Amino acid sequence: MQLIHCPWCGPREEVEFHYGGQAEITYPERPAELSDQDWAEYVFYRDNPKGPFAERWSHSAGCRRWFNALRDTHTYRFLGTAKPGEPLPNTQRNTEVRV
Amino acid sequence: MADILYRTHPLENRRAALAELSGRVEGLTVYPEDPVAAVDLRVDPAGPGADAVGRALGTALPVEPNTWTHTVDGQLVWLGPDEWLVTSAGADPQEFERELGWVVSAYDGSAVDVSAQRTSLRLHGGLARELLSLGCALDLRPSAFPAGACAQTYVGQTVVLLLALGPDDFRLFVRQSFAGYLADWVLDAAEEFRAFP
Amino acid sequence: MSRVHGYGRIDRGRMLTFTFDGRTYTGHPGDTLASALLANGVHLVGSSVNLGRPHGISAAWTEDATALVQIEKPFPEPMLQATTVELVDGLVAHGVNGQGRLADTADPARYDRKHTHTDTLVIGAGPAGLLAALAAARAGEDVVLVDDRPVAGGSLTGTEVIDGRPALGFVADVVAELARLGVRHLQRTTAFGQYDDGFVLALERRTDHLGADAPAHRSRQRVHRIRALKVVVATGAQERPIVFEDNDRPGVMLASAARDYLHRYGVLAGREVVVFTSDDAAYAAALDLAGAGARVTVLDVRDTLPREWAARAAEAGVPVHPSTTVTGTEGEERVRAVLAHGVDGSVRLPADLLLVSGGWNPVVHLFSHVRGALAYDPELGSFRPSGSLPGVIVIGAANGTLDLAGVLREGGGPDAPEAGPEPARTPTKVVWRTDGDPGRQFVDIQRDATVADIGRAVGAGLRSVEHVKRYTTIGTAHDQGKTSGVLASGITAELLGARIEDLGTTTFRPPYTPVAFAALAGRARGSLFDPERTTPLHDWHVEAGAVFEDVGQWKRARYYPEPGEDMDAAVLRECAAARSGVGILDGSTLGKIDVQGPDAAVFLDRLYTNMMSTLKVGRVRYGVMCGNDGMVLDDGTVLRIDENRYLVTTTTGGAATVLDWMEEWLQTEWPELRVHLTSVTEQWSVFPVVGPRSRDVVGEVFPELDVSADAFPFMSWRDTTLDGVPVRVARISFSGELAYEVNVNSWYAPALWERLLAAGERYGITPYGTETMHVLRAEKGYPIIGQDTDGTVTPQDLGMSWAVSKKKEDFVGKRSFSRPENHNPLRKQFVSLLPIDGRTKLPEGSQIVELCENGSLPEPPVPMLGHVTSSYLSAELGRPFALALVKNGRARIGDLVHVPVNGALVQAQIGDTVLIDPEGARRDG
Repeated sequence: MQLIHCPWCGPREEVEFHYGGQAEITYPERPAELSDQDWAEYVFYRDNPKGPFAERWSHSAGCRRWFNALRDTHTYRFLGTAKPGEPLPNTQRNTEVRV
Repeated sequence: MADILYRTHPLENRRAALAELSGRVEGLTVYPEDPVAAVDLRVDPAGPGADAVGRALGTALPVEPNTWTHTVDGQLVWLGPDEWLVTSAGADPQEFERELGWVVSAYDGSAVDVSAQRTSLRLHGGLARELLSLGCALDLRPSAFPAGACAQTYVGQTVVLLLALGPDDFRLFVRQSFAGYLADWVLDAAEEFRAFP
Repeated sequence: MSRVHGYGRIDRGRMLTFTFDGRTYTGHPGDTLASALLANGVHLVGSSVNLGRPHGISAAWTEDATALVQIEKPFPEPMLQATTVELVDGLVAHGVNGQGRLADTADPARYDRKHTHTDTLVIGAGPAGLLAALAAARAGEDVVLVDDRPVAGGSLTGTEVIDGRPALGFVADVVAELARLGVRHLQRTTAFGQYDDGFVLALERRTDHLGADAPAHRSRQRVHRIRALKVVVATGAQERPIVFEDNDRPGVMLASAARDYLHRYGVLAGREVVVFTSDDAAYAAALDLAGAGARVTVLDVRDTLPREWAARAAEAGVPVHPSTTVTGTEGEERVRAVLAHGVDGSVRLPADLLLVSGGWNPVVHLFSHVRGALAYDPELGSFRPSGSLPGVIVIGAANGTLDLAGVLREGGGPDAPEAGPEPARTPTKVVWRTDGDPGRQFVDIQRDATVADIGRAVGAGLRSVEHVKRYTTIGTAHDQGKTSGVLASGITAELLGARIEDLGTTTFRPPYTPVAFAALAGRARGSLFDPERTTPLHDWHVEAGAVFEDVGQWKRARYYPEPGEDMDAAVLRECAAARSGVGILDGSTLGKIDVQGPDAAVFLDRLYTNMMSTLKVGRVRYGVMCGNDGMVLDDGTVLRIDENRYLVTTTTGGAATVLDWMEEWLQTEWPELRVHLTSVTEQWSVFPVVGPRSRDVVGEVFPELDVSADAFPFMSWRDTTLDGVPVRVARISFSGELAYEVNVNSWYAPALWERLLAAGERYGITPYGTETMHVLRAEKGYPIIGQDTDGTVTPQDLGMSWAVSKKKEDFVGKRSFSRPENHNPLRKQFVSLLPIDGRTKLPEGSQIVELCENGSLPEPPVPMLGHVTSSYLSAELGRPFALALVKNGRARIGDLVHVPVNGALVQAQIGDTVLIDPEGARRDG
């Protein structure tokens, strides 16, 4: 049972949190103008790196706030969390690898 | 049938069992609290709206996460970075929502009557922390969770809003639909403290 | 009797009676079942799982691989270790032959869990752990100390000297000081798993040792969930056997175990003892047993004997033979003789006990659980911690430190007390096995897994020790390979001609010892298994005899049977009342979200497929929400409360999901929108009053409310009061009938419900449950999201293009509607299905097929056209009907298809989803 650091509430057990997938995927400016392939990329495709990965998490059983986290997908360890808009720890990230 | 539309406490049917427990176990008192007016308040903590609320309530909104403060007849409880639970023992729920809504609407805030959304269970005595530790993963040692602290977390399998009122004195706000579960959980967990029959 | 005077810490003043394999014996408080059996001369306990070979007692604690017992009283429990079962009066047990047996009655005991936070957690109350706990407590830290034995002291037998005193006196002093310093010290508590961030799970056995005195209100076992800043692993070491032919016989035992039986329990496990060793520690066992009256011979594998130990042995008259190995045993239910081979050739030594010592395995499990690195130490012949982990330290024998002085230093630091003088150590000779028939050389005795099995694994090409263990099942029994794991690595390496360190190390996984599911479940059993959410009317429903159904965690009234009614009869009656008179439903479980702020309308326009900004204050609109993929996520009604405020309702099951979904968009995508969302699901209780007479009932209860169709039309809401209590009434219909949904602050729910029932009495108002609600909505073709849909259904598939805005430039899911797949003419569409026979209720989930023109089934695989999603009996239609998803269904209205039901094909006709009042005249009335 890991502890996850909610940027507001501090360390809490992971069962209080909800995973929200890859961070920094923004809703396209004008979806209607996207090709089917580009739209599919936005809806269905996500990075799957081995190593640090920027994710969104929600402290669903606590303050109900979404925040960003950098997690190592190999060790499961959280390398840091940050409020939306604030920088995550400056760690080398592998966002290219897709399996 | 009464002439006035009567109120029913969500834990009415557990009141007797909780009273029996409290009478039996020294160091543990548990009872359903009387309902109070409660408003879920949203406003920018750094903006003028927060100040306006503070003036209206006579107490500044607590901005330190997981803390609460007193008002004249209620509490201001931090729920999130721009969200508070405001309670008042004296106010009429709908009036309370209207008053606070009037204050914050000018600042893009919101006020929602949630008086019946949650109900509260009071738990105090020397065994209160011990009892909570049977279902709550938070560090409840007095140094980590002193009077004035609050947290939204799990007790058993339900989310509660837990307030430390004093060294051995807790208030557990729980969603009304989970109140029966929480009371049953407390009754079951407290079996541990019963002396030999 | 094998009990010897002057030894042991059992309470000889009290006698306990127990039964094993049908015979009655006696023992004493402080005994384990194993020590009491040995005291009574019982060595045979059971037989092995595959080969049925006799099994005895091979160790004295959790590392025992052989003595599995079935407990019958006080409560049936299968496959416990006789070496860890504390003896109580009246215990009834028998040996396990093959497999154990689960109780066929419910376990009456209580189980629970407890969360503990601490600065330092010390695991193991042996000399190292005790001193580590003491040092931390003296430094002012908050300390928790757990140990799996009934008493502190670890492997100390009482013969040692610490700080100039007998070791056990020293232990008692430390324990007393720990108590004075406020250390939370738990014996009988096994740390069975370590996890991330200083999290350790420990199982406390709280009542078994109390026997009949155990208080019923106390939990029998407790799982401690301990969170520590620093975890000190001081779990000691376990003796490693050496593998030889017929090494699984009763009477073959670890040397340290025999010493433990003597000093802890006062039991001399044999009179004619052979000690087979490659390590010094067995000499202590040999001398102690000799001192207690046994005739002992030592066979040492090593060519060079430990000088001081050999001298002591000579003094005690214990012969020691160097360069000698055991090659086999004789005997059936107990060792009768030991076959050995030494410098003078082969000998046969009569014996009733064969002690074995091949060195020591540090108990590194709890370090390995959190991925602590282990390295093979060739001098130790075992794996020990290498490298460090933040917040975890390993000390004492667990760290591979085997001399007491060293152990005390690792626990106590520079201030550590002195150990009494110990003989100089001669290096252990690492020996995995001796010569013999590999098919009778048992590596994992519990699994009947032999050296030959490892040979087969290696012969099959396996090289990784992890693979060998899976192939041979070594290490998968209750003891998780405590004695066999390292042996398997060593023998595998030997067979491959490789080095152990090149074969990879084993990763230990929790639990260290078996944990009962009941203990893991804790108090989450029976009604506390999963929270039961209830509405304010729950007691009323119970009183009214409702049959409940689970909807998520909610308990909802499904129907209210009258005497003699089954579900079908009750539901037909309830439906008829709602369609012809008036019915009332507890709809309080409906999800409700308050949406407030200047951008509320913009926000809802982006999330719903239809337009919410054009909704007028006082009006209600049905809305559909889709995911980015264009599939229906949820539906519900939206009430516009004022310019900047809406009340959104969701399905009962979708309440949390929808609020999370809305918050996710708001917080992560559109933080600039000035909107706030608040769940008010429990704030408002909701009672739909449904049917042609609903207007009469609602009008009577709320005299201030104009309920006429002109003043209060369909899809609008009005506020009123009752006795000064605010009430909101909305003309929303999920039944197709004239209906008013009455909303009130939940404090007043039972009172208002009673008022409505009283006013409706003369109209025959009928409370109805969710089953009737489902039938009524299905007759009108209203889908239930999650029942009629499955995450692959678009609004268009549901025939709800009317609810998809063509004016809005964008909303969540819109772009997906134009993906080619969404224009596939063979998409499944929502239709009704009427069985032609007018009798068969098509089972929900049934597949739909089509016959060939000649009336036969197509060749397999038979194409599936779709499936039945909802199916009911209709009082109004006087027949069963169904809803279904059918490929290209709307274009096929009128077609005949078939549904396999119980092996027969039932013919059914595809139709429009709306089966009653298609013009909506009743609803709008």
